Amino acid sequence: MLRGVRDSLVVVVPLTAAAALLPFAYSNELLLFNFIVFLVLAQGVNVIYGFTGYLPFGYVGFFGTGAYGFSLAVIHLHLFPLVALGLGAAAAVLLALLLTPLFRLSGAYFAIASFAAAFAVYEVVSNPHLDAITKGPYGISLSQIYNPQLSYGVAVVILAVTLGVTVYLKNSRFGLSLRSIRDDSLSAAMAGVNVVRARTLAWLISALIAGLIGGVFAWYVSVFYPETVFGAEFSVFAIVFALFGGVATVSGPVLGVIFLYGIYNVIGISAPQYFQLIYGLLIMGLVLFLPGGVVPLLRRWGIDVP
Amino acid sequence: MSPEKEAPLLAVEALEKRFSGFRALDGVSFEVRPGEILGLVGPNGSGKTTCINVITGLYRPDGGKVTFEGHPINGLPSHRLARLGVNRTFQVPRPFPSLTVRENVAVAAYHGRRAGGAEIETLLLSLELDAYADKPAADLNSAQQKMLDLARALATGPRLLCVDELAAGLSRTELERVALRLRAFAGSGIALLVVEHLMGFIGEVTDRVVVLNAGKIIFEGTLAEAIRDRRVVEVFLGTEHAV
Repeated sequence: MLRGVRDSLVVVVPLTAAAALLPFAYSNELLLFNFIVFLVLAQGVNVIYGFTGYLPFGYVGFFGTGAYGFSLAVIHLHLFPLVALGLGAAAAVLLALLLTPLFRLSGAYFAIASFAAAFAVYEVVSNPHLDAITKGPYGISLSQIYNPQLSYGVAVVILAVTLGVTVYLKNSRFGLSLRSIRDDSLSAAMAGVNVVRARTLAWLISALIAGLIGGVFAWYVSVFYPETVFGAEFSVFAIVFALFGGVATVSGPVLGVIFLYGIYNVIGISAPQYFQLIYGLLIMGLVLFLPGGVVPLLRRWGIDVP
Repeated sequence: MSPEKEAPLLAVEALEKRFSGFRALDGVSFEVRPGEILGLVGPNGSGKTTCINVITGLYRPDGGKVTFEGHPINGLPSHRLARLGVNRTFQVPRPFPSLTVRENVAVAAYHGRRAGGAEIETLLLSLELDAYADKPAADLNSAQQKMLDLARALATGPRLLCVDELAAGLSRTELERVALRLRAFAGSGIALLVVEHLMGFIGEVTDRVVVLNAGKIIFEGTLAEAIRDRRVVEVFLGTEHAV
């Protein structure tokens, strides 16, 4: 309980405040928005991978589903953006429910199967024959509801809630049961944990997070193509950011996004070849020397990081 | 104490478990009463661990019945059994390595039969794990991990505790302490099903033994009677006769 308050004060409050206030001081709002998107996605990966050990390589599937669910609700049902956002998130949760049988798989098999599932959703959405419903490969335009200020504000709220969820998971009994499942699901069941229910709940929460931020992404950019919101780099970036900082922590994914996405934006666009070199070396170094991420290292040095 | 007169806590009837043609359990029946310690003895592959795995919900039986407090429990998932009061330790300890020792026990205390936090510290103290409470379970040695397995099982508030080769690999002094503890648990009313190879330990701890061979019970009675039984001696001769 006390730790939850402390984690909130150290991570959630300053980060949310920074996300809300930086647009007044810094003109590149799109870049800030992208930071928020990756902060949220990295925490979403944290929920499912960090706390249950299932690596969702197809995590972008929920993001894209949220984006399309939101857009189609706006286009066909003419709903208010905030209501449409709910539908987009619901679509992502529904997809997650459909995919629960994937939990019969483990390790790399689960990662690959979830990737295939995301790809399948992309193929359906971008099918030219579904032009009338999804606009097929021709993309979505939501100029009628374009509202960068409000959608940015909603993204900040989603960031705050998502960070709150990880604080809760890190400090609650539910989070403890999830971590026990990740370590040994058989022992967890013998300790009385309802493994299937707990794991499904974490999976749905994780999908909900991606669906919400996917919907807001669609709202904010308002013009996009299927490959924009189903691009594998969303999964890869979110996973690498989360792993770099250290999963099953609150601050790990945050540090990962700020550091790695920061590097990406500083040199990734101006000098892509150096960026790729540095990124490749960083990821290799991470896997070889810091498989647990940065936060466990800091903790070993005696720095108490949330 | 005369446990024979009480109703059985656990009744196993004609239990069968096959692994693609191999009959691991072939019609096993026995009963355990509250406060009783029943030893499950037999050579390797005789079905002892399979029997525990079926009782604790890891395997579904292919035939027969498991009754706990008069209710059928075969086929129930492990977490339901844990909440009913059936628990176990594992032959090779299975702690949650990245959780601290205290968290390991806390998970079981939160989800088990009774809720409560004060008990966690008492348990850690009584199993001499209190000094490591804030260390990750991965840092414990194997004897300590066995004690952690036991602490976790006890934290769920079991009425039936299946103990799978807890004594293997422990030193003589550790063995004596474990034996005392198991007797104390039984004294508090917990029924114990103890699988063990060390006959000295079995003799010290159990009230009664069931001898399994190739998935069938070949003897039931005290260990002293068992070692005079012709068939039991036959099964063990040349393997553990020296013990």
